[in-house]
Amino acid sequence: MSTQTVNTAALGGAKPKAPVQKEDAMLLQKEMINRNYHELATARQTGRKVSATFVPGNLNELLMCFDFARSLPETNALQNGLRKKSGKMIMDAERDGHSEDVCTYVKADLGMMLQGQVGPTGEPLPTPDVLLLSYTGCFTFMKWFELIRQKYDCETVMLHVPYQGDGHINKNMRDYVVKQINENVIPTLERVSGVKFDIDRLRGYMRESVKSEENLVNVLQSAKHRPSPIDGYFGAVYYIGPIFTAFRGMPEATQFYDVLWQEVQERMRLGKGPVTPEGEIAEEQYRLVVEGPPNWTSFREFWKMFSDEGAVVVASTYAKVGGVYDFGFRHDPEHPIESLAEYCLGCYTNLNFPQRIDMICKYLDEYQADGLLINSIKSCNSFSAGQLLILREVEKRTGKPAAFIETDLVDPRYFSAANVKNRLESYFQMVKAKRVAAAAAH
Amino acid sequence: MAVADIVARCGNLFEDLSFSAVRDWKAAAPGRKAVGYMPIYVPRELIHAAGMLPVGIFGGGDQLEVIQGDAYYQSYICRIPRSTIELGLTGRLDLLDGMLFPSICDVIRNLSGMWQILFKDKYVRYFDVPQNYQDSVGGAFYVNELRVLRDELAKLAGRAVSDDDLRKSIAVYNDNRRAIDELYDYRAKKPWQAPTAEVYLVLRAGLVLPVEEHSKLVREYLAAADAEPRARRDNARVVLTGAFCEQPPLNLIKSIEMAGCYIVDDDFMLCFRWLLGDVPLEGDPLENLSKAFLHHSASTASKYDVHKEDKGKPLVQSVKHYGAEGVIFAAPSFCDPALLERPMLQGVLKKHGIPYTAFKYAENTGQMAPIREQAGTFADSIKLWSAV
Ligand code: SF4
Ligand code: SF4
Repeated sequence: MSTQTVNTAALGGAKPKAPVQKEDAMLLQKEMINRNYHELATARQTGRKVSATFVPGNLNELLMCFDFARSLPETNALQNGLRKKSGKMIMDAERDGHSEDVCTYVKADLGMMLQGQVGPTGEPLPTPDVLLLSYTGCFTFMKWFELIRQKYDCETVMLHVPYQGDGHINKNMRDYVVKQINENVIPTLERVSGVKFDIDRLRGYMRESVKSEENLVNVLQSAKHRPSPIDGYFGAVYYIGPIFTAFRGMPEATQFYDVLWQEVQERMRLGKGPVTPEGEIAEEQYRLVVEGPPNWTSFREFWKMFSDEGAVVVASTYAKVGGVYDFGFRHDPEHPIESLAEYCLGCYTNLNFPQRIDMICKYLDEYQADGLLINSIKSCNSFSAGQLLILREVEKRTGKPAAFIETDLVDPRYFSAANVKNRLESYFQMVKAKRVAAAAAH
Repeated sequence: MAVADIVARCGNLFEDLSFSAVRDWKAAAPGRKAVGYMPIYVPRELIHAAGMLPVGIFGGGDQLEVIQGDAYYQSYICRIPRSTIELGLTGRLDLLDGMLFPSICDVIRNLSGMWQILFKDKYVRYFDVPQNYQDSVGGAFYVNELRVLRDELAKLAGRAVSDDDLRKSIAVYNDNRRAIDELYDYRAKKPWQAPTAEVYLVLRAGLVLPVEEHSKLVREYLAAADAEPRARRDNARVVLTGAFCEQPPLNLIKSIEMAGCYIVDDDFMLCFRWLLGDVPLEGDPLENLSKAFLHHSASTASKYDVHKEDKGKPLVQSVKHYGAEGVIFAAPSFCDPALLERPMLQGVLKKHGIPYTAFKYAENTGQMAPIREQAGTFADSIKLWSAV
């Protein structure tokens, strides 16, 4: 294993910054993402059809069966956020008539279209041939693709995934999703791509998916160790990248998760903490669980506020938006379509409130965390509506301190560094005080 | 009854945040139960067939002081969930034996889980409706959901719900839908005789009254309104859209009218007008409700449009059918469904040359001057336009 230094100025950052520390796996991940953007950029030349779909409950293995190049608009938005390009896109979309109140992922995507559809890496993104509206855990998805469809004349196919309102996946829900996949999704993808569906091909991809899934869980659960060798939120963003997007089911993903798991094991063996862009965390001071997506526009600055204090996120709900693998789900090549349905139904954003609270309490316990931090995202009703109740309930049930901060995903206007930092500092003080009180009581 | 008396009665029901009408109904016979529902659509026929009273809970309006509810929501989330929580936490909804949360958006969806946590002794259900409109796919799913809901409601009511019970309830709701259609047609024909501020209150009464009584009330209002000649003003005729969930304050509706607009169609209480036309009484009642939903139901931002060409069609049709001259987009602040839908609908209106204006509101908006001004300018521009 090696830790390398990369200069972010080359990535188009505004001012030159200190060199960024990256692990091999992170570099590999970046390379994969860039390669996917290149594949998309050259799809027309290479004669490939292009699909667009959402991250939670994405049917990547199925899309691969039809040779689609695969675009994920949320990833495009977040990559543009990381590269500090999203602010202007959002304002362009607002000038074009979109409300300042709505999800900024949508506006970043529409703004990118207005700016000529140039992707995050600077290469153009093609107009999709098909929009697969896999509607898992967010109503905004539906409007998002309807909006894109109004602009482009591309085919849209809806996969409606019912919500786990009572905390269970039942047969009716599963049958409904399976039927839609068989009767709507597959025929549409066949027609658009001109490729006949081969279920054995799907099985093959799923076999590959399982390997990555196993290793992802190993990596995420390594944070149960003290010190944690990973950061389960900021670091996990890199770890979940390939499996939550266009790579699940590909041998590249399997290889990536092998390399990653080896790196993490090595760190555990050496008793090392996570690698952050600023370097390794020398001493783990706080172990936290985080609920809610991160902010992308000031990602590095945000992370630094934690790493400077020795705060490590040991588990996060965000790392489960593309599958709650750590609670046992795996794609099942023996029952491929049913398992696609289970996958969609089981993503984090499709869980009801009591389930979300249970999950967080479990993490606090199993990862021996000091407390919960909620990063509430202005854009995202799906995550944010009701988070203050999550905070109260978790505090009540675990007795551990919880804190609340507010930012946005890709709208830089809603990231106030000073506010966030203040909140975090007083939160860390609170954790410390609790610890002292607990020690005195023993 | 004179029109003023009917409207006053409805106004009292509207303002009564302790839901006395529901309490009275429950007290009138032993063992009676009531089930609340949020906008936009739940099959009230099922609640009715179980002998219970469906009660629409559409937020707290501008009369409710929200104190506790604000502690549950960030500033960038619409008002209706916080005022509904306020109603719950202050005991005003204790009279409800259950609560249904339809699939309208992520906020209401999440509220269903919050309700499970906050009100543990109550029956709570998130009611999912299909976004796939094929009988064998979305229909099969929906019929099963209806069956589960029927069985759960029967359990709550402590009595079986037969197909015949259901047919009777469907017939009663068919009649209610007809009465409301008559009301909308009448208002469109003579908006000066049936101002929207009144029509709105008459509709709202249906959230708390038994449906049979509501149908009667609607017809009484129609007769009374027609019997009392009122001054006709040279107002612009508009369709108002986007207010299908959190409700605007009554004053806002009045302000629009005072500013020179006759509202000739709206989506305030979509649950009453969700199913278009009668649901057949012959055959399997759940299948019939499902087919009505899949093939003959209102269009709204919370529903998927299968084809690009379908977007905005019902709005354009409404403009034509009710003889409107323009559209007012009135959406609650932070309402993702309404606000994301809006540019698409505006695009369609533009293509059809139908003028529109847009603003946002909250259920507790107090300042009406800007809205009155905007609606006034819009009305003037329409009149100018038609004079050319
Ligand atoms: S509302 Fe949330 S989950 Fe939905 S698209 Fe926006 S950021 Fe994603
Ligand atoms: S007002 Fe809009 S965002 Fe708020 S609960 Fe209703 S539909 Fe959802």
